[in-house]
Amino acid sequence: MQIFSKDKTYNFMGKSLPFIILSILMILSSYIILGSKGLNYGIDFSGGTIVQVKYEGPAPIDKMREQISVDKMFANASITEFGSPDEVVIRFMSSSDSVQEDLGDIVTELLQGTGSFEVRRVDIVGPKVGGELREKGIMAMVISIIAILIYITIRFEWRFAVASILALVHDISIAIGAIVLFNVDVNLDILAALLTLLGYSLNDTIIVFDRIREEVKNSKSFDLFEIINFSISKTLSRTLLTSLTTFFVVLTLWAFGGEIIHGFGLTLLVGILVGTYSSIFVASPMLKWLKFSVEDYKKKESIKEKRKIEKEKMRAQYEQGVV
Amino acid sequence: MSKGGLNYRLVIFFLAIVFGLGLSAPTFLQTEKGAKIALGLDLQGGLYMLLGVKTDEAIKSKIKSIASSIKFFTDDNDIIIDDLKINKERLSLTLVDPDEEKNLDEMLKKIPGLVLEKENLNYDLSLNEIEKEATKQYAINQAVETIRNRLDQFGLAEPNVARQGEDKILVELPGIKTGEEEQRARELIAKAAHLQMMTVDELRSDRAYDMSAAEAAEYGDVILEDARSNKMKHVLKEVPILDGSMLTDAKVGFDQMNQPVINFSLNSEGAKIFGDFTGKNVGTHLAIVLDNKVYSAPVIRERIGGGSGQISGGFSMEEASDVAIALRSGALLAPVKLLEKRSVGPSLGADSIRSSMIALALGFLLVVIFMVVYYGFAGIIANIALVANLFIVLAVMALFGATLTLPGMAGIVLTVGMAVDANVIINERIRELFRQGKSIQKAIEKGYDNAMSAILDANITTLLAAVVLYAYGTGPIKGFAVTMSIGILASMLTAILGTHGIYQYFMPHIEKSKNLSLWFGIKGGAK
Repeated sequence: MQIFSKDKTYNFMGKSLPFIILSILMILSSYIILGSKGLNYGIDFSGGTIVQVKYEGPAPIDKMREQISVDKMFANASITEFGSPDEVVIRFMSSSDSVQEDLGDIVTELLQGTGSFEVRRVDIVGPKVGGELREKGIMAMVISIIAILIYITIRFEWRFAVASILALVHDISIAIGAIVLFNVDVNLDILAALLTLLGYSLNDTIIVFDRIREEVKNSKSFDLFEIINFSISKTLSRTLLTSLTTFFVVLTLWAFGGEIIHGFGLTLLVGILVGTYSSIFVASPMLKWLKFSVEDYKKKESIKEKRKIEKEKMRAQYEQGVV
Repeated sequence: MSKGGLNYRLVIFFLAIVFGLGLSAPTFLQTEKGAKIALGLDLQGGLYMLLGVKTDEAIKSKIKSIASSIKFFTDDNDIIIDDLKINKERLSLTLVDPDEEKNLDEMLKKIPGLVLEKENLNYDLSLNEIEKEATKQYAINQAVETIRNRLDQFGLAEPNVARQGEDKILVELPGIKTGEEEQRARELIAKAAHLQMMTVDELRSDRAYDMSAAEAAEYGDVILEDARSNKMKHVLKEVPILDGSMLTDAKVGFDQMNQPVINFSLNSEGAKIFGDFTGKNVGTHLAIVLDNKVYSAPVIRERIGGGSGQISGGFSMEEASDVAIALRSGALLAPVKLLEKRSVGPSLGADSIRSSMIALALGFLLVVIFMVVYYGFAGIIANIALVANLFIVLAVMALFGATLTLPGMAGIVLTVGMAVDANVIINERIRELFRQGKSIQKAIEKGYDNAMSAILDANITTLLAAVVLYAYGTGPIKGFAVTMSIGILASMLTAILGTHGIYQYFMPHIEKSKNLSLWFGIKGGAK
């Protein structure tokens, strides 16, 4: 089976303007949502308490709210359905540092009489730990971006690195926009999803860049547009196919993986769509704007090649004992 | 015509499969022997806690114990001192008899890390910074040891207690099943188990209800509640006669009324202090204080030798047993506080396992079917590599004793999607070469060559992100990074080397049939 015609070269670069506008619009609206609504930090980063309760039969949310708010500490607690009508999550900002008596016990006590229920999960994160986790999360993001930037600079050249990082920022920004839009609680798992996305988005971009690098070396053309169009077209089926297989599994994860990894799945789902799009329409045009020159790159490569040959020659002479 | 058949790639791939199957078998079959993958607390249920240590309290109690030993020394040598008082991290006293100055100074000099400031005969004592730091460190290590001892004796399966970072303690209890069990474990962990023998201030014992704590402190007293009722109070001398550090054993026993009590015994030093004190103070009251609650305050009728005593206070059998465990494991030098807690009930864990397994199976099935439909025989080869990859991931995890967490499961699911990536790249390159009219052997060999750099660069960047995630992640998230990393590395072996070996093995057949639709899912024959 084949989806894409064999040798057609699509003119991506010629039609890049509307896509660039689309990208800018998506990024802008992401930041506008982010600015107006803000990230919905879960307890991992903001500190607080989560109590997950499962009832036999539908959970009496109103009655629960009434009984819990008796204690002032829980006046601002939110009670929301979690996956099914039987199951709810109670969230509040306070946390206690007592080991013996924790807030989960108090909530359980307050809920007596609301029906037959089972407390399935109690997570308490103190404010200090929340702050540390947030710091670590940001560090993880920054460090991996720097590490990848260095790697790509070594393997390609700096323009490729900058272009791929910009595409990455594009992807992450839009994914964060989706997180805000769908009210996903930002916990550690969302951070993990974003970091995975970081790797994945680059993965796609690199496949295209790898082809561009190869074409720059091999083709006789000096026209960057032509080379980029050719390379994207050649890698198009691969880009779409792997995105498709990864999309399949993330979709099942999102749909069937359970409520706890729902947000994780959603983040990746959006991320894969955007990542695929950006590796085709964002990363490559960026090379043009960064004034990547085919001629210079070819020169550099041929110098490298020459040096390599010379070295080998010298080694051969040395081994034969000529020098 | 190439010769096909066995080749080194296939042999390595075969060995990898044997390794994968062999080491993942104990996990699948749940055999007695062999390394198995442990389930994380989020999948099997249990309690995870991150505790902090209030190290300032350790310094205070160190000062208190120095005060006790000064009191014992001066009593023993008939040196008269007055106003022995503790004020947070400082200790002050006044020497009444100037002739004993040299004697007392010599004794104080023997206490390591003590800073002595003296004005006439008024002593002001504190600890230097080195000693403070050492005390803090000791308190943390001791807390780890103590909590570990207590949990070991509590009888839960596989408790894990470890120091984490500068001043944190990680506690993992996978065996917890019910809320009540969890609460009992938490109480046992946090119990200070600070046993003290204190003297009742006979002069002011009737002022227990009308004296403020500050006023009591001026006399060197403390007011403590009774264990049976918090309305009943006792006025005690702040500096204890001795504390639980001289305890050698504590056991549950029964008193005359058949109520559970705790019998404890002291070491020889403690026994001597206890004997001397009771001998000199017949007729006064002695209070047995546990965690700042007075359990009993009987009158001393005669010298008590032998160094054993009893704590009674209306314990339930369970309480008595937990208190005895706590006393035996030693007191916590400093109290612990809760920084983070995650507890998952077993039923939720089971639900998580089920739903993530469904996601894994479905995702896997979709990918496998897609590969066969799109690539024909080449898709089957990629699928073989994918299955091998899964087994190798599980085998490596079992080998290193890694824990499988819920995000870890997500990592495996994701690996399934990404592991076929390499094969898609390779297959697309091979198809491209066919279109250029290359021969079958040439197309396959060149296809692998051309795909190599892209696969390497793509995998290494993903791996970089995974490694950083591992370094900065905690708990379950680390599990995600681990499964992702192993999956990526294993896919290099299976998807590149393994499939290449299979092609080489079948090369003569492929060349003979020339049916590219069957082998590679594209129309047309080959040269």
